[in-house]
Amino acid sequence: MKNYIKYMALSAVLLTACEAELDNPIEDGGFYSSGSADFSNYVAVGNSLTSGYADGALYISGQQNSFPNILAGQFALAGGGLFSQPLVDDNTGGLLANGTQIQPNRFVLTLDADGNPGPTPLQGTPTTDIANVLEGPFNNMGVPGAKSFHLVAPGYGNIAGVAAGAANPYFVRFASSTDATIIGDAAAQSPSFFSLWIGNNDILSYATSGGTGVDQTGNLDPTTYGANDITDPNVFASVYNQEVQALTASASGGVVFNIPDVTSIPFFTTVPYNAIPLDEATAAGVNQAYVQYNGALAQYAALGVITTEERDARTINFTAGQNAIVIEDENLTTLLNPTNGQEIPKIRQATPDDLFVLTSSSIIGTLADPSNPNSVIGVGVPVGDQYVLIPEEQAMIATAQASYNATIQGLAQANGLAFVDARAILNQLAESGIAFDAGTLTSTFATGGAFSLDGVHPTPRGYAYLANQAIAAINETYGSTLPMVNVGDYGTVNISN
Amino acid sequence: MKRVLATSLFLLASAITFAGGYRVGLQGQRALAMGHTGVAYVNSAELAFFNPAGLVYLENKINASAGGFGVFSSVAWQNESTGQFANTDSPMGTPFYLYGSYALNEQLSLGLAVYTPYGSTVEWPTDWAGSHLVNNIELAAVFIQPLISFKISDKFSVGGGPIFVTGNVNFNRNANRFLTDQEGNRSNVTIDDSGVTNWGWSVGGMFRATENLTFGANYRSEIILESEDGAATFANFPNDSGQPVVVGGTAIPSNGTQGFNASLPLPAELTVGASYSKDKWVVNVDYTRTYWDVYEDLDIVFADGSESINPRNYKNSSIYKFGVGYAASEKFMLRAGYYFDESPVQSGYFAPETPRNDSNGFSAGLSYAISSSFAIDASFLYVRFKEINESYDYVDDGSSFGGTYKSSAFVPGIGLTYKL
Repeated sequence: MKNYIKYMALSAVLLTACEAELDNPIEDGGFYSSGSADFSNYVAVGNSLTSGYADGALYISGQQNSFPNILAGQFALAGGGLFSQPLVDDNTGGLLANGTQIQPNRFVLTLDADGNPGPTPLQGTPTTDIANVLEGPFNNMGVPGAKSFHLVAPGYGNIAGVAAGAANPYFVRFASSTDATIIGDAAAQSPSFFSLWIGNNDILSYATSGGTGVDQTGNLDPTTYGANDITDPNVFASVYNQEVQALTASASGGVVFNIPDVTSIPFFTTVPYNAIPLDEATAAGVNQAYVQYNGALAQYAALGVITTEERDARTINFTAGQNAIVIEDENLTTLLNPTNGQEIPKIRQATPDDLFVLTSSSIIGTLADPSNPNSVIGVGVPVGDQYVLIPEEQAMIATAQASYNATIQGLAQANGLAFVDARAILNQLAESGIAFDAGTLTSTFATGGAFSLDGVHPTPRGYAYLANQAIAAINETYGSTLPMVNVGDYGTVNISN
Repeated sequence: MKRVLATSLFLLASAITFAGGYRVGLQGQRALAMGHTGVAYVNSAELAFFNPAGLVYLENKINASAGGFGVFSSVAWQNESTGQFANTDSPMGTPFYLYGSYALNEQLSLGLAVYTPYGSTVEWPTDWAGSHLVNNIELAAVFIQPLISFKISDKFSVGGGPIFVTGNVNFNRNANRFLTDQEGNRSNVTIDDSGVTNWGWSVGGMFRATENLTFGANYRSEIILESEDGAATFANFPNDSGQPVVVGGTAIPSNGTQGFNASLPLPAELTVGASYSKDKWVVNVDYTRTYWDVYEDLDIVFADGSESINPRNYKNSSIYKFGVGYAASEKFMLRAGYYFDESPVQSGYFAPETPRNDSNGFSAGLSYAISSSFAIDASFLYVRFKEINESYDYVDDGSSFGGTYKSSAFVPGIGLTYKL
């Protein structure tokens, strides 16, 4: 009997001591190397893409799938420490300022009556009030909406400046003081490693507003810029350099991302230029309305006031089938009607080179004047400038973007930083897609898997792929052996039914 | 002591997978201590399981054996290419047995056996990397078998009887690798059923070649447990509409509970073996073939018409067993054994709900005679698995789930033998 009790006691000790253990367990650390990098205190700096913003909002599960959080999870396998994020209060998205909603809820995918899926704002009232300032510091310093120069702007986190647009509600939530700067709060954490992805909004807000802003190239004072303006490339270079210097002061290394082409995101590639389906009778009827306009163009061309190319581009003609949308184009030659001195409309039909913003899908084909059946937007009434990015506007964006990207890559090289060619990645997504273990990730809106329902920001799966590309760049630059995540483990768009 | 025993006996049978697949080779203290041999070993009522033909050769009129085991098992998994890792936190399994025989006359013995040869309890951390295959599973089956053992001559006997099986299952896994509700909770399905019953049988034969040498063979039939009255609970799906919705070609089930049909085969098993005893020594050698090829897939058909097909493609497998016993004194019998257990799982079908590769079992034990009627039996088994790189390549999204696995199991057991 005594023997038995001893035996049981002994075996109990044996049992707890003999859990299955692998020969070389990852769990015990040391399996992966950090190379010459030190991941112990990683700080991520940037805009919405760093914050985990998706589906038109910042919400908890989006933040948990932010690329820096995914990256930090892998860093943790090679000496990385805890990674704190300024989590919002719910999965509804949206923000309140002292109880008043100032940012909309997130989009979810719902089915309409016919079973067709489409994005709709999630119902509910947000609970995240920016008046509740969180106690930092936070490793994730991503601030949705921030442009390059905002990172160094004092007062960008002052709630008093939000209404006027001088401050950012997302930074208000966790700024260390009302006059703090994002880069200052980041550098104060003495990061041992950092990521910096900034500059997207310096062209993107211009692009998403359909080019209604101003190209500020040549204006070196960003305090005079409007919200939808293109940032001067020299201003960008100057502040970007400051930011890199502030972060490299303490860090063993970092990873920087360049700026993708606006043409590679579904926000600009989803609405087709020829979104107007017409039958023959309707086309003939609509053409009647443009006989006068087309005739005037022919006369001006004959007189040599406009080129025959402009005449052809502006001549409006509908046929049976899919027709190009009628748009406003402020770059067309100003023409006056000699009989009454009024300006002839600067309108033309779109071409494949015109990019319609995603939000135009909700107005194209609707009636501008509900009582007038001839006021169909895109047919009888032109689509406004704010809904379309014409080639001239795209060229301005591309010029600024190329300059920013040269700055980013140059500073990455000069400072020995890992560099992620986000531009190439997004182009690959848009052109051929990227295969993973259960399919192919593409930039097709809603169903491609890479982009969330706002058409601009990635899904968790898209962020995971970006994190993997950052890991590849970090491993190459610092000789680390970080493993990549399996992108198939990450979700895409959220369905709600 | 009594209390410990009672606890082991009355705990519901929940046992851990090993001895390949979800077979639990723990059907007697004395047999287990000798490498789970016993098809030709005439010693105790444990014969009711190992070979009912031998019951009639037992010396006493009444024989009974009862006992239970505590199964402590764990599995460690990691994937070096992603850095993911997980360890099971499975509760102790408690397989048990109760055997009795009564000699009506010289030629005929009757018996009863209650035992738990199949079961599995595996608990991975919820939402772990392989949660689309299993979060946790609990399978248990209790076999109840009346027996008859008939002596044809002093050298030949046969025995057998019908088996009544009652089983239960509880299995939870996530819908896929990523689906969540709006709050980020992973969508998951639990299937649960209990009191699933069916019938089977076993039959054995024994040949006492000489006074020292006995041969035995025993066959237990395949039994398929068909679950028809269970409940499948869908939780945390982003669909509360009450019916499945199809988005982009993928059907998303609605939250709620519905019925399901599934079947789980408990495969047939054939054991042949020999036992040789001389002076204070006994040596057993058994060979068991388990007909696992019946387990082709785990196919769950839900009441709404959707189906989950999970290929398993098990192969027939063998167990090679060896045991030795030594009567140290009047009161003490010492035992030791070894077996090699082939896994029925084929490469590429290595699913984490039954993560078993080939194993080596090392066992030891002893019996202590309290009186001429009562003996306490104790055994201890250590199952050693090699570390293995394996994967399950048939995930329904076309992906593969794998990595490095290492399992381990320790099984202390205690029982009583009675003879009169």
